[in-house]
Amino acid sequence: MYVYDEYDQAIVDQRVNQFRGQTARFLAGQLSDAEFLPLRLQNGLYIQRLAPMLRIAVPYGLLNSTKLRKLAEITRVFDKGYAHVSTRQNIQLNWPRLEEVPDILAELATVQMHAIQTSGNCIRNTTTDQYAGVATDELEDPRPYCEIIRQWSTLHPEFAFLPRKFKIAVCGSREDRAAIYAHDIGIELVANASGEIGCRILAGGGLGRTPVIGSVVCDWLDKKHLLTYLEAILRVYNQNGRRDNKFKARIKILVKAMGVDAFREAVEQEWAAIKDGPATLTEEEIARAKSFFTDPAYLTLDDTAARAGLAQQLGAEPIFGNWVRRNTVEHRVPGYRIVNISLKATGFAPGDITDRQLELVADLADRYAFGEVRSTHQQNLVLADVQMDQLYPLWQELQAAGLATPNLGYLTDIICCPGGDYCSLANAKSIPVAEAIQARFEDLDYLYDLGPIELNISGCMNACGHHHIGHIGILGVDKKGQEFYQVSLGGSQAKDASIGKILGPSFSQSAMPDVIDRILGTYLDLRQEEEVFLDTYRRVGIEPFKERVYAKAD
Amino acid sequence: MPKLIKRGQIVDDPWQRVDPDANANATGEHQILSLEQWLQLPEKSGRAVQLEPGQAPSPLFEHLDQIPLVAVYFPVFTDGRGFSYGRELREHGYKGELRASGHFLREQLSYLHRCGFDAFLMEDEPSLEEALPRLADFSEYYQASIDQPLPLFRRRG
Ligand code: SF4
Repeated sequence: MYVYDEYDQAIVDQRVNQFRGQTARFLAGQLSDAEFLPLRLQNGLYIQRLAPMLRIAVPYGLLNSTKLRKLAEITRVFDKGYAHVSTRQNIQLNWPRLEEVPDILAELATVQMHAIQTSGNCIRNTTTDQYAGVATDELEDPRPYCEIIRQWSTLHPEFAFLPRKFKIAVCGSREDRAAIYAHDIGIELVANASGEIGCRILAGGGLGRTPVIGSVVCDWLDKKHLLTYLEAILRVYNQNGRRDNKFKARIKILVKAMGVDAFREAVEQEWAAIKDGPATLTEEEIARAKSFFTDPAYLTLDDTAARAGLAQQLGAEPIFGNWVRRNTVEHRVPGYRIVNISLKATGFAPGDITDRQLELVADLADRYAFGEVRSTHQQNLVLADVQMDQLYPLWQELQAAGLATPNLGYLTDIICCPGGDYCSLANAKSIPVAEAIQARFEDLDYLYDLGPIELNISGCMNACGHHHIGHIGILGVDKKGQEFYQVSLGGSQAKDASIGKILGPSFSQSAMPDVIDRILGTYLDLRQEEEVFLDTYRRVGIEPFKERVYAKAD
Repeated sequence: MPKLIKRGQIVDDPWQRVDPDANANATGEHQILSLEQWLQLPEKSGRAVQLEPGQAPSPLFEHLDQIPLVAVYFPVFTDGRGFSYGRELREHGYKGELRASGHFLREQLSYLHRCGFDAFLMEDEPSLEEALPRLADFSEYYQASIDQPLPLFRRRG
């Protein structure tokens, strides 16, 4: 994990001071609401329906036990004893007091954390694969590049007042677990013809009102040019992105309007002026960034023996077996597995975690996983390096704390934005819909029989719940002041990314579990052999689902 | 005479905007022309110009060593195009006064300064004395910028 030196610490500390001054000026009436707005947003502070909301940055989802303990303490002292993992791997507090936010930020700075640029029309937290560095399908660890981008984008003087928010994701593996095609800029580490690894750069992807899959702007870029190239893209966007209509202000609209070829040309022209300049990455800097993401002290383990031991335990205790099969993933190092901690237990808002659970996870991380924890854009947590022969005691402790729901990647592992319960932009609540679906489909045998299904819920067009790329997407809409829900099918966030298609007229909240039931019933009737939901949908199309869902009861 | 912050000092501002409809050739010293007026000048040497959002600075590039002052206007503080204009002008070698004018906040002074601005005519600022120290909100930055062309990674000890 990256460790601050005196420069990083000075920047974060000075930012806290700056925001303390801004907050004091606002409270003294010297800054208007409109003036304070972008300043507080760039420090993660929203004013929401019920209270302010503070979004704390978790750069590319990487945490450790010290940070978790500090977060737990902050939720206790300044909030209501729980936090929420967002779909951008960040951590949100739902009940901070505005006057105390500078103190919260000062506390965070003591553990090398901040809330810089977690909101506002600027470059946001860069996200990546939650299995970075341990995945079996990885070409190269994306985290050093994420950290390089984090530093470059932090307090960037030129790009703090962009037309709209700007999100970057990096992926270094065969399977795309970072949804790079749905980002303003997506970066994929790829090898060129001679085997050298560089960056493929996509631009203009995004969700929201007009979902678009990103286009390739550069097929292969030498890593040393990464920052100057990003700078050129941002510069074209900052000068030419629309500022007259906030719904047309994202870079995806600019890329569409110019056409990707003209956009690329404009970028290359900007780039020519700064290419090979001082912002060109040095080999030493790349090596320095990499030095923070080296292997922990793995033991040399006998993989065959470890697997045999585990198989025995699985047979002896089926509930444990379910959890291992669903919530743990192959690790590239023999004798280890990646453990997902599901924050999707029935009866709790997806992604919520209490102060005690945060502390427990910190302890478990120290005892079982080299003290490191990750957050995921599916709103779960990960312990990336657990010995196979330690899975059983770890599971027992997670189980006792309600953190071992074996549903990772299944229907009830719902991605869900805070929605109308918290968010002032919402058209409709999203958490009660998630909870009703989780309660209705709690039966694990049924869930496993359905196979992997991604169900995503957003409370409005802003699409924080990524509903467009859910296999099943649910979007809260407002119909004459009433909360309704529009359903879409067939979205995907994988490398074969696709945007879901709208099923038809929207439904009331109480109808939603039945609607989902009919969609699942259609799939179960039509699926062939080993097909998963998305395969069946792609083969048969939306019609059979439509017919069944909207059929009149006879 | 109105005051502005220039090179870290609060000073009188001798410059004035010209009526954008006036005949540019008839205007005198210390007058800031609109881009349209400036472009029509047969002799550009010594004449100042103001850019509005949407007016990229590229038409100025071949005259940069003749221009004493470029003003970049901010109609609202959230329109960040001017930050890129300032930086591009400096990157193309502009050495004269680069002035931010209009509706921006003292909260933005340090960023503007880093993008190459050295003069600040602030229409909404009641106290230039209080605003002045905000040029130095940060002592360290990560990126390459105009006031510090080397990114932090080339300077770390
Ligand atoms: S999708 Fe809409 S309702 Fe949900 S968190 Fe985002 S802005 Fe709020």
